[in-house]
Amino acid sequence: MGMKGNGSNHECSRERVKGEEEAAAELLLCREPIRIMSKGEVDYVHARGGFSFDSCRRNEMLLNKGLKPSSFLKTGTTIVGLIFQDGVILGADTRATEGPIVADKNCEKIHYMAPNIYCCGAGTAADTEAVTDTISSHLKLHRYHTARESRVVTALTLLKSHLFRYQGHVSAALVLGGVDVTGPHLHTIYPHGSTDSLPFATMGSGSLAAMAVFESKYHEGLSRDEGVKLVCEAICSGIFNDLGSGSNVDICVITKGQKEYLRNHLLPNPRTYISSKGYSFSKKT
Amino acid sequence: MDLNAPHSMGTTIIGVTYDGGVVLGADSRTSTGMYVANRASDKITQLTDNVYICRSGSAADSQIVSDYVRYFLHQHTIQLGQPATVKVAANLVRLLSYNNKNMLQTGIIVGGWDKYEGGKIYGIPLGGTILEQPFAIGGSGSSYLYGFFDQAWKEGMSKDEAEQLVVKAVSLAIARDGASGGVVRTVIINSDGVTRNFYPSDKLQLWHEELEPQNSLLDILSAASPEPMNI
Repeated sequence: MGMKGNGSNHECSRERVKGEEEAAAELLLCREPIRIMSKGEVDYVHARGGFSFDSCRRNEMLLNKGLKPSSFLKTGTTIVGLIFQDGVILGADTRATEGPIVADKNCEKIHYMAPNIYCCGAGTAADTEAVTDTISSHLKLHRYHTARESRVVTALTLLKSHLFRYQGHVSAALVLGGVDVTGPHLHTIYPHGSTDSLPFATMGSGSLAAMAVFESKYHEGLSRDEGVKLVCEAICSGIFNDLGSGSNVDICVITKGQKEYLRNHLLPNPRTYISSKGYSFSKKT
Repeated sequence: MDLNAPHSMGTTIIGVTYDGGVVLGADSRTSTGMYVANRASDKITQLTDNVYICRSGSAADSQIVSDYVRYFLHQHTIQLGQPATVKVAANLVRLLSYNNKNMLQTGIIVGGWDKYEGGKIYGIPLGGTILEQPFAIGGSGSSYLYGFFDQAWKEGMSKDEAEQLVVKAVSLAIARDGASGGVVRTVIINSDGVTRNFYPSDKLQLWHEELEPQNSLLDILSAASPEPMNI
């Protein structure tokens, strides 16, 4: 720890060091709120609970000083959803990027929320996974508690309150779709917690490419096959025109009482060259 | 283009009292930076059967405030045993806006009808002031409407006159403000109940130098167009 305090008399400063060491130890153990003896400093953040934005301020300060942020896995992404005559169809590409590198060529972006509700996620992969898993568990407990099928608006409210509480720092942009007793629903949820309810929606870096397809070809009362074809076109538009999206197309069709998860429904980017001689990697390389 | 910018409703929102009730009006554009995230949003939100609000500013903040106020008003109605007054609704919005002024960025117009005061409009702009007014305008498009209302507003209008005034005003603001657009939605609240109306953008009156709406060539050619991709 070293000598703290400003060189006052010897006895005093030794006591102050001890107090501060204990305070630091308590902070490590993350126990009670710590009161530091020095004047002007009050409780640590744990006293009042809630998310502490101090680290966010520190991060911004470090960025301003020129520290390069560690790169994290983002789903560049094109995700879409549309309502057709019998329910909801969700679609997503399968590329996960880490800066300029493709980290996962076939990731799953359509997350399970409830048997009748699925959610596509764009943004930071960890954030979308965590937030959808958390709310999915919450919904399951709610189903046990109420003995009823989950409703899409329940998932919507849980997700939006969670994201609003974190003021946009949880970077998850979601397309939530499902069919419940009140009918088919499709919502978009933005990282800051605002939501929109739409008949067709797109999110992610490829959203503009996909939205162009939807705006020109969507109409009410699509059949299942027309809907799946339109979603495929929209995702392909994102895959081929957006650098953050690529690889394959995942589709999820949700209707009353039934869902079909079509993983890799379309593979428009097959591996075209495989060396005929094969690869010989010796062990331990 | 930053698709992660917080959603803001560029917006034009209007609330007008008339003889017997109120008319609320809004455009329907929600933007994220320069991209229109939702071209058909509904910015007029219900709080109770007789009180509605128009939201502007940050989409997330205004949605959360309206959810909280709806919840408090619901409790209040149960405790009171009769429908809540517009004044109470407006003051609840004001308390949330004022006490959290450092963290919220939302301008709200509260409008409704109750049996004690009749039709009332309350404007609650950014800092959390509450102002009871015969008409209120808000959002980025409202800058273009101050002069218009000074000239066109009059006391004791009929319901149709008031609604036409609102539609004309939102339409004018849409023509000049880049952050407002889409369709015009209106809500009329009086002793008989609530009426929602919808005016699509191609049915609005054209203003100075505006061109006729034209069907997209895609609609005309779509019958014979080739598939863009072989799937």
